Amino acid sequence: MPAPSSSAPGAADGTRRRRRAPRAWLGALPLLVFAALCFGLPVGALLYGAVTRDDPATGATALTGEHLQRSLQGPYLTSLAGSVELSALTAVIATLLGTLIAQAVVTSRGGALRNAVLTASGVLANFGGIPLAFAFVATLGISGVVTRLGHLDSAGWNLYSFTGLAVIYLYFLVPLMVLVSVPALDGLRPQWREAAQNAGATSWQFWRHVGLPVLAPSLLGGFVLLFGSAFAAHATAAALVGGSVPLVTLKIADALSGNVLVGQENVALALSLDMIVIAGLVMAVYLPLQRRSTRWLH
Amino acid sequence: MAALTPTAAPAPGGTPRRARDPKAVRVRARRRPRVWRGAVLALAGLYFLVPLLSSFVFTVHTPGQGVSFAAYTGILSAEGFTRSLLLSLGLAAATILLALLLAVPALVGVRLGAPRLRPLVEIVCMLPLVVPPIALVTGVTTVLRWGPDHLSRTPLYQTFLAVQNESFPVVLVLAYTVLALPFVYRSLDAGLRAVDVPTLVEAARNCGASRLYVILRVILPNLRSSLAGASFLTLALVLGEYTIASLLGFRPFAVWIVSVSGAQARMSVAVSLLSLLITWALLLLLSRAGTRAASATPAPPAPSGTSASLTSPASGKE
Repeated sequence: MPAPSSSAPGAADGTRRRRRAPRAWLGALPLLVFAALCFGLPVGALLYGAVTRDDPATGATALTGEHLQRSLQGPYLTSLAGSVELSALTAVIATLLGTLIAQAVVTSRGGALRNAVLTASGVLANFGGIPLAFAFVATLGISGVVTRLGHLDSAGWNLYSFTGLAVIYLYFLVPLMVLVSVPALDGLRPQWREAAQNAGATSWQFWRHVGLPVLAPSLLGGFVLLFGSAFAAHATAAALVGGSVPLVTLKIADALSGNVLVGQENVALALSLDMIVIAGLVMAVYLPLQRRSTRWLH
Repeated sequence: MAALTPTAAPAPGGTPRRARDPKAVRVRARRRPRVWRGAVLALAGLYFLVPLLSSFVFTVHTPGQGVSFAAYTGILSAEGFTRSLLLSLGLAAATILLALLLAVPALVGVRLGAPRLRPLVEIVCMLPLVVPPIALVTGVTTVLRWGPDHLSRTPLYQTFLAVQNESFPVVLVLAYTVLALPFVYRSLDAGLRAVDVPTLVEAARNCGASRLYVILRVILPNLRSSLAGASFLTLALVLGEYTIASLLGFRPFAVWIVSVSGAQARMSVAVSLLSLLITWALLLLLSRAGTRAASATPAPPAPSGTSASLTSPASGKE
């Protein structure tokens, strides 16, 4: 609660707001303490564990790059690459499809369609994790309804694969992109298009010189957001493929629960650090883009 | 794509060309986008509806045995269902309470008298977005392992045991609160942006209201829709969370669904479908609250608050 002040209520003059200032920060104190303890401490422990090694004989702790190095080799590197590949592929497809759907919605005249699509997107973008995995098992899994109806298994379909995961990830990524790109496409004013047409521009020229440059930050920002979202996803893949698709989140979970070898914890920490670095890069790209794209939306 | 503008803009001024030959342009302008738009929306609808429909078919129809609703009727009596669901709901309630108790005073306080802390609070609240849940949980396990390793002689050890209590793992509440902070922050920040907090507080104080009264009866009612939004998103996040709970060895709802999937595939799909419908209902309520707030206040940030929190990444899919 902000600043229990000693001044009597109603002792008003121009300096009141300033007098309250010294103690209003108390309101933020619990949050900052909580963040330091429950977020700072685990992340600090993660960093520390990723770059140090305990010598079992002497108990001494030494700085080492060995875990990070191992996390960038062999199966771990494959899993990182697999995650990046899957996230990039699904993010590209979802960016294209999401923008296409958003454009179809924005250019339609009915308000009902627009509302329905936006609400559905809001729901589906939040539909992830375990329930999504099982919905797809029931649909496209080995004994899934669509698999049986379409005899997809004889056609070589396998849900428990890279392609299968990509199809599932699109289920929450495309709606997310719709939500991101509808405001951007709304910001593309019809007057600009009319002005371009009156000046004799073709449709291609309009998109090339007006539409895409205005949309680019939003679309790129959306792509980056989708990438981060797919990159961090774990539950869907865990419920579905177990270990058959190399993904960094699955590798971390394996190493953490000691499924592979005892003593892998530090590699799990190093892999987590790799993930944080990648996610941090993603955010570092996303935030300026988002700020830039809002310029056109108001 | 060439013919989209006329449909998008109901021609406020009307271009000269359209005025000269309205019929021809309109016919050409309408048919193509309709086909294009219809195809896109139909394909999208197909992709998004088929999994839901076939999940339902999967749960009620067994090939060779006909239709049965046993997967749904058996849920309530299933081993562990009630316990895990109650645990998840309890965790959600505690997480919502903790997140709001931390975030509301911080945001209001920062607005009232410590604007210089504002960037710090924002960064602290948004940072968890950079740390994927799986990375957070590796950090948490490391910290928890210190308990037996280094602290077994100190009173802190009891705290370590207490937060990992099997029947109500406080450590999950703490971790979920960290995950929820970005969404709670965005929702509350958007709500507060639409309210002139210092003026409201001064007005109420001039009328003789106590500070507590100001917070409870003046500020919070103005934030009702963003509080509701933050709570719903947190609820959805906690109910669907799997990664942290399973790796720390607890069994809330999502972990339970996975654990029954081996023996009772139909039931796990049925529960998944039900939990989707529940989330759906919650988010519909949320977007209702959002639009009501948007129509009540002309300030622009209100709608963006709702959509921003809805578009937030990774809320349920870790």
